[in-house]
Amino acid sequence: MSAPTTEEELSKAVAAADGALRIVGGGTRPIGRTGAGTRLSAAGLTGITLYEPGAMTLVCRAGTPVSEIEAALAEENQQLAFEPMDHRALLGTKGVPTIGGVVAANVSGPRRIQVGACRDHLLGVRFVDGSGQIVSNGGRVMKNVTGYDLVKLMAGSRGTLGILTEVSLKVMPKAPSRATLRLTGLDDAQGLAAMTLAMRSPFDVNGAARVGGDVFVRIEGFDQSVAYRAERLSAELTDNGSVEVVRDEAAQSEIWTGIRDVTALKNHNYVWRVAMTPSRLRLGLLDGVLHGLAFDSVIDWAGAQIWIGLTKGQLSLVDRGAAGFHAMLQNTLADPTVTGRAGGHATLIKAPEAFRADVASFQPEPAPLAAIAAGLRAKFDPRGILNPGLMT
Amino acid sequence: MQMPAPNTAIIARKAQLVSRFLDVLPKDAVIHEPAETKAYECDGLAAYHCPPLCAVLPSSTEEVAAVLKICHDEGVPVVPRGSGTSLAGGAMPTADAVILGVARLNDVLDTNYDDRTITVQSGRTNLSVTGAVEEDGFFYAPDPSSQLACAIAGNIAMNSGGAHCLKYGVTTNNLLGVTMVMMDGTVVQIGGGYMDAPGLDLLGLVCGSEGQLGVVTEATLRILPKPEGARPILMGFDSSEVAGACVSDIIKAGVLPVAIEFMDRLCIEVCENFAKAGYPICEALLIVEVEGSDLEIDEQLEKIKAIAKTHNPVELREAQTAEEAGLIWLGRKSAFGAMGQINDYMCLDGTIPVNQLPFVLRRIGELSKEYGLDVGNVFHAGDGNMHPLILFDVNVPGQLETCEALGAEILKLCVEVGGCLTGEHGVGIEKRDLMGEQFTPADLEAQMRVKDVFDPKWLLNPAKVFPLADSEERRAA
Repeated sequence: MSAPTTEEELSKAVAAADGALRIVGGGTRPIGRTGAGTRLSAAGLTGITLYEPGAMTLVCRAGTPVSEIEAALAEENQQLAFEPMDHRALLGTKGVPTIGGVVAANVSGPRRIQVGACRDHLLGVRFVDGSGQIVSNGGRVMKNVTGYDLVKLMAGSRGTLGILTEVSLKVMPKAPSRATLRLTGLDDAQGLAAMTLAMRSPFDVNGAARVGGDVFVRIEGFDQSVAYRAERLSAELTDNGSVEVVRDEAAQSEIWTGIRDVTALKNHNYVWRVAMTPSRLRLGLLDGVLHGLAFDSVIDWAGAQIWIGLTKGQLSLVDRGAAGFHAMLQNTLADPTVTGRAGGHATLIKAPEAFRADVASFQPEPAPLAAIAAGLRAKFDPRGILNPGLMT
Repeated sequence: MQMPAPNTAIIARKAQLVSRFLDVLPKDAVIHEPAETKAYECDGLAAYHCPPLCAVLPSSTEEVAAVLKICHDEGVPVVPRGSGTSLAGGAMPTADAVILGVARLNDVLDTNYDDRTITVQSGRTNLSVTGAVEEDGFFYAPDPSSQLACAIAGNIAMNSGGAHCLKYGVTTNNLLGVTMVMMDGTVVQIGGGYMDAPGLDLLGLVCGSEGQLGVVTEATLRILPKPEGARPILMGFDSSEVAGACVSDIIKAGVLPVAIEFMDRLCIEVCENFAKAGYPICEALLIVEVEGSDLEIDEQLEKIKAIAKTHNPVELREAQTAEEAGLIWLGRKSAFGAMGQINDYMCLDGTIPVNQLPFVLRRIGELSKEYGLDVGNVFHAGDGNMHPLILFDVNVPGQLETCEALGAEILKLCVEVGGCLTGEHGVGIEKRDLMGEQFTPADLEAQMRVKDVFDPKWLLNPAKVFPLADSEERRAA
């Protein structure tokens, strides 16, 4: 276990490594194959180095706890608008989530449908590549097309191309007011239809999810605007079950934190995350291969993301159990007759470590893309020591 | 502007190459007569030009693949071209290069309002993407000034922005998937209609790679429901510092307008002369636009006006009618054209942290005096993306060179204060030799390794983005 506290120390530790490294931040998101290797933590690189509320930018070291960043932003009434999920409840992990972990996994919450993902809020990165070389890309300004966008490449690369040491983020104002429409009495298809209708409206919906049989639609902004849009949207959705407008702040906070953290599936032994288009989710998945199976789900991003959870009991009814379900999901997502040209992918998020060691948690990519990814890894990490096998 | 010496062996094989292209393309899609190739000698950075070896205009992904395979086999450099509106020389050829234009790929392939996506061929113009969906109440958000002419292919290559990206983001934030042809002719699908990458974010890498990683032939874009309405407000201030402080206060107050545009005195005067938009003649002018229903617009504008008033504006004019709104935007939108009427100009594109605005404007003023060339400033203030316009006369010997030197100084200044060389136009050839100001050799090496993976022979748009000395070994290999 190595725990450097500066970029230079981290760089030296990587350069000196003589075998595989297992890179961790707070260690709260054990997703993918946990290979052998020396644990190298970036959690010792902490601290906000620059925060300019008037320029909507924050720069911090990668090991900075997310909670510390959120507290600093809250003082200026700002936030990480992409609403990063805290995986601890779902995965039953302990520890302190770091911003580097959020970025490395490109973690984005319900507001992703309006403001974009973590990668869309990432303005710059510094990282140490597999040779120990320190590399900087992007910067701290909102618009930057100078050179290739390695910032996007690093977001979601899960420590396999380099170890993040510093990230620069776009931060946004917190809305002073919000309202949540709760729609009850809808089945999955009706729920998806209601969310689609809400997203097609001009009312700037920034959360649309289905959990526990209800649909939740969120609106944020200034007071009068929120009241106006909540009223208009309620009227447009009256044909979609019964509509209740939740204005109580604590109740809304509970609803959206629950959706963000997928707490509804925390007691499920196996959880998958599927990304595809809302229309194909209904046709290809819910009315298709999942039809008739026992499972639980949280649908977010207005139907562009579904979390599927199975308990051991539910899996006992599935052909070949968890392995069979995993293969069925990924095969389905790779089938163009199901996903159309829009495509999609399934990722195993939660499973016992022994199971994760045996399967590809991430959707296998078509050969030409897999070759590009392998080529990039070989360039950024020629010795193949950074989280080897984690994403493949 | 230095370009590598053309490969004379390739030029000598021109007839043979043209004949190979004619095997896979219709006759009218292969342009090789010197009188006709001249049309492809430059892009929007017209000060630099060079006719290509020839130009090809494929009409399908398969034709693009066939052309690239030939060029790959023959070791011929390829310069992809959208509509040729690049202000950075991104589509400027060399004498030994084939221009691959995607202008004939302009169909809409699919629109899906339930999923809020549109899939188009990449030669389609930016504005006509919105044109395809606006009757149904949707629009495509990125809006570069050249949107009437510029192609989605070029938008993706340069990761183009626009005036309204403060709220909606730039191209990369609105791009969901591409069909791309690799240099060796392999066709790949990256992304699709879904919202994040299954593995590495290759889509994010391709967007903004200036046509150096592959040729995008189709793109799936995010479309958005049109807001109920929009209204601009115009504010005049007696100093740029005060206008800059006002921008910062608006953002801090939690109002997020869709656009905040800034013009300085020189631009105001020139635009007013040209467009007669009724602008107040003052040191700095802001145009702030907000969206929503009338009630929502009123609510936001009240807050903005209250903030503006604390900065003692010399003018505060809210559009009461669509006509007045049009007038407020008219001057700003004609800024580049108006400047072009009075002079040749070079348009820069650096971005700076918003709070550095007053300092940078003052420094630009000093540099302008030092170099003896006027500089007008018109830019997207909300995100710090500046467009200093350096006025010069191309017919006066030495002025272009002085202008370039001043431009380089201003861009270095942007980097010094924590910003970057280019916010939305791209590096191309224009900023290529300044890359060392912003990046260390290791930073540039990391980027060039990406090109090594996608285009090992360095045939796609090879002499762009990276300083020639840095890329020389790779290009020669």
